[in-house]
Amino acid sequence: MTLPPEIVSGIRRAVAEHGGVRAAMLEALRLIQHAEGWVSDARLAAAAELLGVTTAELDSVATFYSMIFRRPVGARLILLCDGAVCHLNGADAVRDAVVARLGINPGETTADGTYTLLSIACVGGCDRAPAAVLGRDRKLTGPVFPDNIDALLADAG
Amino acid sequence: MSALPLTGRAARDRKPHALNEWRALGGYESVVHALRGEPLQVLEQVERAALHGRGGAGFPAARKWRFMPARGTTPGDGANYLIVNGDEMEPGAFKDRLLLEALPHQVVEGAILVAYACHASEVIMLIRDAYRSAIDGMERAIAEARQAGLLGTDILSSGFSLEMRVHASAGRYIVGEETALIAALEGGRAVPRKRPPFPAQSGLWGRPTMVNNVETVSCVPHIVTQGPDWFRSLSLTEEGGTKLFGVSGRVRRPQLIEAAMGTTARELIERCGGVSGDGVLRCFQPGGGASGFLEAAELDVPLDFAHVRQAGSSFGTGTLIVLDGTACPIGVVARHQRFYARESCGWCTPCRDGLPWVSRILDALEDGTAVSEDLEVLRMTAAQAGPHGRTFCDLMGGAMSSLASALERFSALFDEHLAGGCPQRVASR
Repeated sequence: MTLPPEIVSGIRRAVAEHGGVRAAMLEALRLIQHAEGWVSDARLAAAAELLGVTTAELDSVATFYSMIFRRPVGARLILLCDGAVCHLNGADAVRDAVVARLGINPGETTADGTYTLLSIACVGGCDRAPAAVLGRDRKLTGPVFPDNIDALLADAG
Repeated sequence: MSALPLTGRAARDRKPHALNEWRALGGYESVVHALRGEPLQVLEQVERAALHGRGGAGFPAARKWRFMPARGTTPGDGANYLIVNGDEMEPGAFKDRLLLEALPHQVVEGAILVAYACHASEVIMLIRDAYRSAIDGMERAIAEARQAGLLGTDILSSGFSLEMRVHASAGRYIVGEETALIAALEGGRAVPRKRPPFPAQSGLWGRPTMVNNVETVSCVPHIVTQGPDWFRSLSLTEEGGTKLFGVSGRVRRPQLIEAAMGTTARELIERCGGVSGDGVLRCFQPGGGASGFLEAAELDVPLDFAHVRQAGSSFGTGTLIVLDGTACPIGVVARHQRFYARESCGWCTPCRDGLPWVSRILDALEDGTAVSEDLEVLRMTAAQAGPHGRTFCDLMGGAMSSLASALERFSALFDEHLAGGCPQRVASR
């Protein structure tokens, strides 16, 4: 599979700006994910070929970074903080409420492909714990309450 | 002059300043001033100001800069690098988020000065993925500064040239470790490497590299414009300046507080409206997830790197995590270990295998399914892994500090957990 031309030009620009092919690997993955929401096997292989590295090498980078997605994720992304400070402020109850409402566990996507729920720490929102980071813009929100999950879901888009 | 140099100019809604707004507030005057003198003058000012690095280790900033060779004195082509570390992810830390989001020009201004002082020709601002608005704001600030001739070739006709760009990271706590960060910028997996050689001798692409925290860099413009004596006078101790303290956990009004270096936990907790929950302090961590617990007897320890070390903990990122009488320290340690286990890069066996083991045992203690041999595993792992352990970096040693101090201070509580799980399951508020 070939890459869309805008991703190809983006990767070429990244190679020039980052001082080499290897340094641009993460940026290449970010560009693909930005356009398509995740990095498929086919895209990964095409990007590796364009960069002149092996697929395995690029995949070792892709799978190292927790925010490069190698599986499809929902358009609505919910990153719930499970760090100690959020825990002290009731994060477990929030997680349980979201899990019950969406019917998925952290690390999963709803069957209709709408929501993806992930656990993450720390999101840098300890003054508003329990905190979450939402959507493509990684909007910080909090405190989140178990009885107000609807607002959280609405903001996740 | 404001006694809140770091945060005094931040807008309440955290909206970053445009360049002209920043200059109207005195922004970049430090650069105009510094570039008229020699790099060594900036370094010496910062040395006299007793600025200790704010990333966690507390090493004197100027002493670290002295390891950087002058431009043109190392063989080979290529840049000398300054990397501004904005990969804030330490449990409990939320200070760099404010500096990056609300005050990007302060970071750019500081980075120009640090680059000048330590002979860097290129600055890379590494910012974590979750801080997207900070990434956007920083890219705008850099573009504005370049447009105004504050970056680029022959800045303000001084002969000093400097390039600057943002590197957006993609998760993983270990990226904040300085040698892992260099590996990340070189494009591979962010795996730390052994030191020496230190990055100042051989860092990014084998070139001299300085890595400084966002808050460290943000202090420098104030030292240059107001002078080292003024900066030192802001502090209550021998370590200069103010500090951004993040106070959270079981306090009534968790918040970020800029206060004199050496401010006590007692004062900070009072400024947050006191302890919440049952109102009784059980313990606190003075420096984030990788710091040992302190208790009420240590409430009046001046919070700086030297005093907190003396008290048996570490000041880390200046991040106070407060536990009241109804909060279980073992539950907190369990969350920390779960975090560090997840974030281990997996390179060194004790960390890759030891942390998940510890994490599982702590979960079992909470559930009441642990057995007495498990406590021995916790003690053994804490004793052997930290603080100076058998791993390339300090992730595991740092992780073990909360466990080691909990085992020491709350041994009866561990026995209670062994008997039947957590007696004080942390209630949701």
